[in-house]
Amino acid sequence: MQKLGDFKLPHFFNYPPYFTLQPVRETREKQIQLWKELILDYCRIQKIFVIRLEEEFPLFSNSVVERTLSHEAREAFLSALVAEGRAEWLDKGRRNCLILWHRIQEWADIIVNFVKDNGFEDSVMTVEEIRSGIESRGTELQGIDRTILVRALKLLEHKGKLAIFKGTSTDDEGVKFSV
Amino acid sequence: MSNFFSKAEVTSSGRPVLLRNEVECHLLSAVDLEPEDHRHFSLLKSGLLILTTHRLIWLPSLSASTPTSASAIPLAAISHIFSSKKSLKSVFHSPRIRFQVLVSSDGRVFDPGSESGSSSGSGSRSVVVTAVIRGKGDCDGFLVKFWDSWRARAWEATETSDSGSASASGSGAATGTGGGLYSSDGSVRMVGVAGILRKEQEMWESTDKSLQDAFQDLNALMSKAKEMVMLAEKMRQKLLSGTSSQTSGTNDEDMGSKEEMQDWLLSVGIISPVTKESAGALYHQQLSRQLADFVRIPLERAGGMINLIDAYCLFNRARGTELISPDDMLQACSLWEKFDVPVMLRKFDSGVMVIQNKSHSDEEVFARIKSLVTKPEALLTGISPTDAAMTLGIAPAMAKEHLLTAEIKGLLCRDISPDGFRFYINLFPEIDPCNMYFVKNYGICSTWIKAVSTTG
Repeated sequence: MQKLGDFKLPHFFNYPPYFTLQPVRETREKQIQLWKELILDYCRIQKIFVIRLEEEFPLFSNSVVERTLSHEAREAFLSALVAEGRAEWLDKGRRNCLILWHRIQEWADIIVNFVKDNGFEDSVMTVEEIRSGIESRGTELQGIDRTILVRALKLLEHKGKLAIFKGTSTDDEGVKFSV
Repeated sequence: MSNFFSKAEVTSSGRPVLLRNEVECHLLSAVDLEPEDHRHFSLLKSGLLILTTHRLIWLPSLSASTPTSASAIPLAAISHIFSSKKSLKSVFHSPRIRFQVLVSSDGRVFDPGSESGSSSGSGSRSVVVTAVIRGKGDCDGFLVKFWDSWRARAWEATETSDSGSASASGSGAATGTGGGLYSSDGSVRMVGVAGILRKEQEMWESTDKSLQDAFQDLNALMSKAKEMVMLAEKMRQKLLSGTSSQTSGTNDEDMGSKEEMQDWLLSVGIISPVTKESAGALYHQQLSRQLADFVRIPLERAGGMINLIDAYCLFNRARGTELISPDDMLQACSLWEKFDVPVMLRKFDSGVMVIQNKSHSDEEVFARIKSLVTKPEALLTGISPTDAAMTLGIAPAMAKEHLLTAEIKGLLCRDISPDGFRFYINLFPEIDPCNMYFVKNYGICSTWIKAVSTTG
């Protein structure tokens, strides 16, 4: 089985037509499905949160069969993820895509569990501490993309589970939990 | 009322029959000829006046209500031509040419050629005739020519040469060297400066005349053409309305005459719009059958399918002459579905049109493609249209159409790369997105994996 770093690639990754955007509707739909799953899996395991279309992305090239996804194909697959709510375009030019291999709601749940597991129900923490503090090591929250984290926190704030406030330093926000 | 003027002979298309050596010099349109004493004599109204070297010919206009026959006045009968008087009255009137004509004993114009016209018969009476020119012609120019022709007396030279040639041929040549502007055979002699000038003038005159004649004919042609087009349109409308109101009571006779009508229109170059709806004009039907027969052999050679454009070229080349247009070709092929012929026209999704045998089966072609594309080498590198062409025994362009059709059916997938445009067997249907790493034991995927892994 081929590997891309630590990631195990499926057998059809070496099937050359997989890298050509198929014109026939039924075939294309299947192809898109497969790419969606593959992208999400790969990003989750490699902890990749953003894909930049104009940069090289290891998943989009296969040196064994010497094929690379065209820009059109990349955009097609990522747009399919966006349509499903598993990704978001960060800019109007569709050059950068935020990958939500966990949906925002799922992240919110993970945060709530994290808070409960560590007894932070009434505590105060900075946003940065949530993603890089000692407690988050080994959890999914370690190294989480800041944009995603803030979005999840805002969702929780909306539900009344916490409150976000400006911290002492100008660039850091703090969170008061009331889970 | 007796006819004052001599009768002029006219051809069936209304042109005057000229005497021997008679040459037309000038003409004027819309001319009335009024003999002075027209209580007794007929008045010729609004005709064409032609001046020749021998006569003044008057032709009735085509739109004359009363049929008047063509008339003529021999120049020999003219005793005097009056010069045009420019008076105050003449400014407001149509220009007039007046001349005096000798009258024979029977009261008609003296005709030197007829029986009544002998030297003794030319009486002393004369009548003044006025030609009223109502048309736009060059009246002064006509008058000048009139003078010239009358003075030249071409008819006399003709007479002498006629009588001369009866006696001895040699004497004719002898009299030719005689003096005078006209040579023995009646043509004008070109001598000296006068001759050169005369030649120039004659050239101008003949050009002028032929232009006038040409435009006469052209005008006639144009009016006839207009009539023709209107008639053809009426026919067309009738045909169109006839087929749209299709009642069950149309009998065979009607259909037959309608077809004839269509053929007639087609031969004149007017393509009937009803052709597509009805069984088609006879011409297209025959062409269609001929084409079906012809295309059999090329089809066999090409493996059962041939590009329409190729067939068109082959067919026209075989015909040699009477080439058909691309439109005719299309029509002929479209008619096949109405007949029982073993060939058919087929249009692929890409727009390419081919002729193929009715017995041709897509399924059979796909089966052959499938077996080709599941060979170990093809599993690894796919197939190109050329590979398919060689296996199927058809042209690469046709093979590509088949591959594209197979792709649409979900049998194949395309692979576009710097290596070119290739096709692989379609593995996608077998893969489950929820279980991507799972491979069915005896499916095409496992075959593919085996083929791929053996080569490393």
